[in-house]
Amino acid sequence: MTALDTPADAVAGAPILSVRDLVKEFPIKSHSIVRRTIGAVHAVSGVSFDIHQGQTLGLVGESGCGKTTTSRAILHLQPATSGEVLFEGRDVTKMSKGELRRMRRDMQIVFQDPYASLNPRITVSEIIAEPLKIHGLYANDGAGQVAELMRLVGLNPEHGNRFPHEFSGGQRQRIGIARALALKPKVLVLDEPVSALDVSIQAGVINLLEDLQDELGLAYLFVAHDLSVVRHIADRVAVMYLGKIVEIADGGSLFERSQHPYTRALISAIPIPDPRRERERERIIVQGDVPSPADPPSGCRFRTRCPLRMTLSEADAARCAAEEPALADRGLGGGHLTACHFVDAAE
Amino acid sequence: MTNLNTSGEELLAVRDLTVTFPTADGDVQAVRGVDYTLRRGEVLGIVGESGSGKSVSSLAVMGLLPKTARIQGSITFQGDELLGLSERKLMKIRGKKIAMIFQDPMTSLNPVYKVGFQLEEAILAHNDLSKDEARKRAVELLEIVGIPFPAKRIDQFPHEFSGGMRQRVVIAIAMANNPDVIIADEPTTALDVTVQAQVLESLRTAQQETGAAMVLITHDLGVVAGQADRVLVMYAGKPVEIGGVDDIYYNPRMPYTLGLLGSLPRLDADRAERLTPIQGSPPSLLSLPPGCPFMPRCPLAKELCAEQEPELVVTDTADHRAACHYSALLAGKQADDVFSASAEDAEMPEAYGAEIAGVTGDVSAPVIDLPKPNTKGSV
Repeated sequence: MTALDTPADAVAGAPILSVRDLVKEFPIKSHSIVRRTIGAVHAVSGVSFDIHQGQTLGLVGESGCGKTTTSRAILHLQPATSGEVLFEGRDVTKMSKGELRRMRRDMQIVFQDPYASLNPRITVSEIIAEPLKIHGLYANDGAGQVAELMRLVGLNPEHGNRFPHEFSGGQRQRIGIARALALKPKVLVLDEPVSALDVSIQAGVINLLEDLQDELGLAYLFVAHDLSVVRHIADRVAVMYLGKIVEIADGGSLFERSQHPYTRALISAIPIPDPRRERERERIIVQGDVPSPADPPSGCRFRTRCPLRMTLSEADAARCAAEEPALADRGLGGGHLTACHFVDAAE
Repeated sequence: MTNLNTSGEELLAVRDLTVTFPTADGDVQAVRGVDYTLRRGEVLGIVGESGSGKSVSSLAVMGLLPKTARIQGSITFQGDELLGLSERKLMKIRGKKIAMIFQDPMTSLNPVYKVGFQLEEAILAHNDLSKDEARKRAVELLEIVGIPFPAKRIDQFPHEFSGGMRQRVVIAIAMANNPDVIIADEPTTALDVTVQAQVLESLRTAQQETGAAMVLITHDLGVVAGQADRVLVMYAGKPVEIGGVDDIYYNPRMPYTLGLLGSLPRLDADRAERLTPIQGSPPSLLSLPPGCPFMPRCPLAKELCAEQEPELVVTDTADHRAACHYSALLAGKQADDVFSASAEDAEMPEAYGAEIAGVTGDVSAPVIDLPKPNTKGSV
């Protein structure tokens, strides 16, 4: 929290948040009188990553890939099925209620929809003061703290007695951020914080998040489906597909030297607002749709749509179905991990 | 791609179109003077933020606005006036000459009819064919838009299709009668990026197959860059800039366009580059002050801007027009020359105070309660 903690020093130390083999399954119940469990939706299947202080990890993927479930399991809003979430070395999944409450002072979340995540019936000051009151910190000049928080996120403290409906989408998202910052957390989970906003508004919120990180030394888990936004804000990026991380690397490395066929397709599918470059670009079109997470494909989960697999020999293609590729360093170093058997064939 | 195709036949001409919705709080001026021409074979991108009037102006072209809407101006298709046409005559044009693709593929298909029936319905509405012939054509259409096993898929219901597939069915319905104009209203907004790439490809195929001109409405400047020949930028119900796609992206002459481009995080940009947001938010369309609607957010604003609303005027080239008194100042400027990218943008209580202070109640553009147009995916 002090200015002395430069990000470079922080990265060298132990991670502030470590996620190990996180699994979250939702049971599918039968419709008979006895509601037997007849299967499971494998929303998150063994996700691991570290976040250091002052660092941003971007978690990207398409709808249904498990990124939101991951963020909720980390905060124990939905208890994980198995795996560990280590916050400063302590396992969140095994905490008692009291410990969890104390943990939440250090780890907060900003939700996607600024229209649904603020209580419409209480004023903005009350919304921002709520976490302070719950944690018994309001007595210590609560009103002053709220005003300071509003100033911090670029809102006029005089407007504290207004209701959420009097603010625009971008301003509401700033209110959500102020509420999350009220307890001076160390980690902020941002679940698609800008995807509901228009572009001209979005840029202001992104800049605000970057400034807050520099000022307060926060660690971010930034969940998004928009790769351009993630490229802009994240130090490290993890790409998820059907409940698994398929590639994780430092931002520049991921976008310039991506190895996994899915990452490549994802990057090539993003339109760039530059007509000349758009005309020259070649798109990798991935066929089909994401398979159901209730019955994921064996081996590599991307194999059913993989453009690379179509070019492989029969024996190699069989390996994709038989053996699950491990998330490992495949020759790039620098912590660039890829889960694909045939990264060399992609060159 | 860069040819602006100025020689092509004029298909659709919209002149000084205004749309007003009377509400309990007063008149909402959703569209205030839209003006464009669409030529054969070209793709016109219409971009703007939510509430800028891009959808309403296209619904007006299709004659799909509710009866309470007051529509003025002129919309001509191949020289014939569409405004004020009887429903019966409009039905001959909709789907046959001008087809529309809607944003949400989850709701634009009828859930209780098979996909094949909905396709055949569109074909039979305008062609004198037997049922078998219509079915054959329907399978053909599904194949063109890239649906695997079309002969089997045609007998399935919409819920058996994924979002991207449904949107492709809607595209197939739109191209069923070889229309001259296809209007696509945010066709990929509800979809994931890899699916978006598939659908954009289908859309391109549809356009080439039918030789139709297309109006592509979207808020995504990336999609427009790759698809459009010409671009129309809308703000507060008015076109503020129109021109060839290269002119708009490389030489914007309206501060709003420049600001939009500067506020986009880009995949091909360095991380260290700071975004340049536009302060404030769009004005309420309920009570627009005189002058330029972008004035309160514009870093170049001067006294003249508050008094007089600028008209679209020609800039360097005849095809590139912008609505700004000071558009000449913008020649060769980058977004961060004009808009402040400094850290203060996050902590400018005065600026944000001003933004809220002027408005009470609804800060964003009022939500107009449009009755859902009666559509089966495309009309």
